[in-house]
Amino acid sequence: MNKILSPRETQGATRRDLVVGATLVGGALLVGCSPGDLLSVGAKEDFGAFGPFIKIGADGAVTVISKHIEFGQGNHAGLAAIVAEELDADWTKVKVEQAPAIAKVYANTGMGVQGTGGSSAISNSWTQLRQAGAGAKAMFVEAAANKWNAPAGEITVKDSVVSHAKSGKSATFAELLPEAGKIAPPKAPVLKDPKTFTLIGTDRVRRKDSQAKSDGTARFTQDVQLPDMLVAMVAHAPRYGAKVASFDATEAKKVAGVVEVYQIPTGVAVVAQNTWAARKGREALKVSWDESGAEKASSDTLAANYRQWAAGKGTLPEKTEWQAFETKGDAAKKVQGTIFETTYDFPFLAHAAMEPMNCVAQVGTGKAKLTFGSQIPTVDQLNTAKIVGMLPGAVEIETLFAGGSFGRRANFQSDYVAECVEIAKKVGKMRPVKLVWTREDDMAAGYFRPLTHHALKITLDKDGYPVSWRHRVVTQTLMKGSPIPTKGVDETTVEGTKGSPYLKATPVVDAQVLMPDVNIPVLWWRSVGATHTAFVMEHTIDQLARKAGKDPVAYRRTLYEKAGATRHLAVLNLAAEKAGWDKPAPAGWSRGIAVHESFGTLVAQVAEVKLVDGQPKVGRVITAVECGTPISPDQIAAQMEGGICYGLSAALYGKISLKDGVVEQTNFDTYRVLRNSEAPTVETHIFPSGNAPSGTGEPGTPVIAPAVANALLALNGQATGSLPFMKA
Amino acid sequence: MAMTLDVNGKPLAVKAAPDTPLLWVLRDELGLTGSKFGCGVAQCGACTVLADGQPIRACVMPIEGLAGVKITTIESLGGNSPLQQAWVKHDVPQCGYCQSGQIMSATALLAAKPNPTDADIDAAMDGNICRCGTYQRIRAAIKDAAGMAPAATPVAAPAAPAKS
Repeated sequence: MNKILSPRETQGATRRDLVVGATLVGGALLVGCSPGDLLSVGAKEDFGAFGPFIKIGADGAVTVISKHIEFGQGNHAGLAAIVAEELDADWTKVKVEQAPAIAKVYANTGMGVQGTGGSSAISNSWTQLRQAGAGAKAMFVEAAANKWNAPAGEITVKDSVVSHAKSGKSATFAELLPEAGKIAPPKAPVLKDPKTFTLIGTDRVRRKDSQAKSDGTARFTQDVQLPDMLVAMVAHAPRYGAKVASFDATEAKKVAGVVEVYQIPTGVAVVAQNTWAARKGREALKVSWDESGAEKASSDTLAANYRQWAAGKGTLPEKTEWQAFETKGDAAKKVQGTIFETTYDFPFLAHAAMEPMNCVAQVGTGKAKLTFGSQIPTVDQLNTAKIVGMLPGAVEIETLFAGGSFGRRANFQSDYVAECVEIAKKVGKMRPVKLVWTREDDMAAGYFRPLTHHALKITLDKDGYPVSWRHRVVTQTLMKGSPIPTKGVDETTVEGTKGSPYLKATPVVDAQVLMPDVNIPVLWWRSVGATHTAFVMEHTIDQLARKAGKDPVAYRRTLYEKAGATRHLAVLNLAAEKAGWDKPAPAGWSRGIAVHESFGTLVAQVAEVKLVDGQPKVGRVITAVECGTPISPDQIAAQMEGGICYGLSAALYGKISLKDGVVEQTNFDTYRVLRNSEAPTVETHIFPSGNAPSGTGEPGTPVIAPAVANALLALNGQATGSLPFMKA
Repeated sequence: MAMTLDVNGKPLAVKAAPDTPLLWVLRDELGLTGSKFGCGVAQCGACTVLADGQPIRACVMPIEGLAGVKITTIESLGGNSPLQQAWVKHDVPQCGYCQSGQIMSATALLAAKPNPTDADIDAAMDGNICRCGTYQRIRAAIKDAAGMAPAATPVAAPAAPAKS
């Protein structure tokens, strides 16, 4: 029997985490400091008796401090539930607050810096918050034991009430607070046996922010109103790498409400008393751009080059070479069998979060404060500190809800944050400046999921199973701009092909990646490498199954058993069972299945699809997910529903194209996204597991596109060689 | 150049230029930030408010055409309307940024069609984008709210005080 790996061992984000961490801490280690300490110098640290993650008010109300931003994933509910479970707090009264930026205390334990990403909020906090909750509980128990002169072992806690059955005494957290707050927190608090959990894994774990997000009171960056605040908009260059040659602000300054116009590194900023004035001022600006260093690539040309290079034709760009990321057996040796060859093309994709990127910054002499949806506060602190000239730890960040991110708010340059800080520095005197990007700014700014090409050549044995697998990937690295140079393969771009159970089940593997340097900013996009690797692996497998005359589920089972992929097998079987795979598909619908692991979580989906006016329409999606111990079944389902919509949106319509370096899409009229009537009905089934939890924010996303492509393959025998499904 | 807008049942004097879209007057001048900016071109619906009961995209509606029109924003619903209760019950929101607009579109829908069909929901809600993909729960919450009350009529509530 094969060992079931813990999420940490299999987590695809590990290398990214390490690289982000190493990047930031490299300098710190050189000077002999611990990275958290160095990055936190200047930070205020003033926590209550129960430490940095728990506050208990005089009324006994428990507030859990979240080191992770909430931008939809539901992590605030999950994080709070972990604490409430161990503390035995009254869940109905538990509140959640966002932590300040202090890397030393609030670092993501997988990254080494404070940040949210790689679907890691719950998994990296699991032990930390259980200990915090258990520690606080122990303080109440000891306080009660002292007060009632009873053995601590006889004290119980339920719903924020501490009791001693023998003496019949009980007291609320509020009543015991003065004594409990004086007890020293235990060094090694005893955690519950998961079998005794009463909150975790139940339907009681629901969101804490639904009311505020249904009555308009939830506070986003866009909503920040501060005394004396200015609003800024920036005229950006039409091409990446262009610079301001000259500008004329005469007309802009005539617009009522415009306060000042500044040149900043990324363009020309119009600062005004309100948003509309800033916008009108920007329209009135005249800017000439120096395009001598500008990127003028067209995406069609890039894609053609990628195809050539993958096919071994054409000349590779300078300093670009193929790098192996998975090698097994002797690829040079001729293998007997049938050859199957295929290629796939994937476009650039915009994240297009509902809230266009924005930030509020205040800069004074040697000090700075940011108020916005900060995804990687430590990076935002470092980039701000560089501009302002201060210690990173002293950059104060108040993190708000963000209207989505999907990866966009986490980048090494803190692009929109740095832009806002540059303007606030010009304004000075700690006067608040809100940088507002329009949708057009947001879409043109880049940081796209990279254009990607895959080319495969597979040799099959007489039963139709792969005996050799040659795989070529051409894509930009996501690590460009990382403060430390990255050598070798950027594994975030190939995760999902690398480590695939299908490659484990194949004796000869020769998988290589080419990462050409293109000056179009790219970034992780919900589920990162899996956005294309899941499609390639899963759609290929269905084509191989079809070629072998085998059922796609049965074909996968054989390969998973060969690879020892027990978790893949479990979700495959669960999804197939719940979808009634052994029975015909509902009349009029075709069915496709796909399975993929990302960020330590396994997801299988069966999509029911038909063609309407030649376009795929997805009706029902049956999803099986195994994410270790489920904290909030309802929010796991919500992430599957949302992840599927996000993935389906891109699969159906998503495409960013560039012509001579200019992004052709500007808004939702040209970058079409999924709408309500196009959304499938998702049914989520959670495979029970007692392992440590893994994330669910991303893993639902990459599976839907291949499931749909496989349904179309079953419908009409046609494979899908490029996304999106809808061609222009 | 001041004009008066009827917002959430109150006449409010506003100083903004007549070509200013209603959205920026609501948000920047009146402090009603529940209605969101998402696209600026009436494509995403995050800014949806009601004008005499009909859903409009406030981001493209200059205030000069709105004299005498009754504007209703998310702030007027009071937080406890049948739709809002259903939204909370189903934990509809994820990031939450689009939800004010979704709820305003749904409010207009239920006012016109107390028992909407799926086709009615498609027609009324397709103008509201949700990038988190909460569509399935939005649909469920609308149906739930339709069963909860005859119609979700907006309740007039005081607007936030106008800033000087």
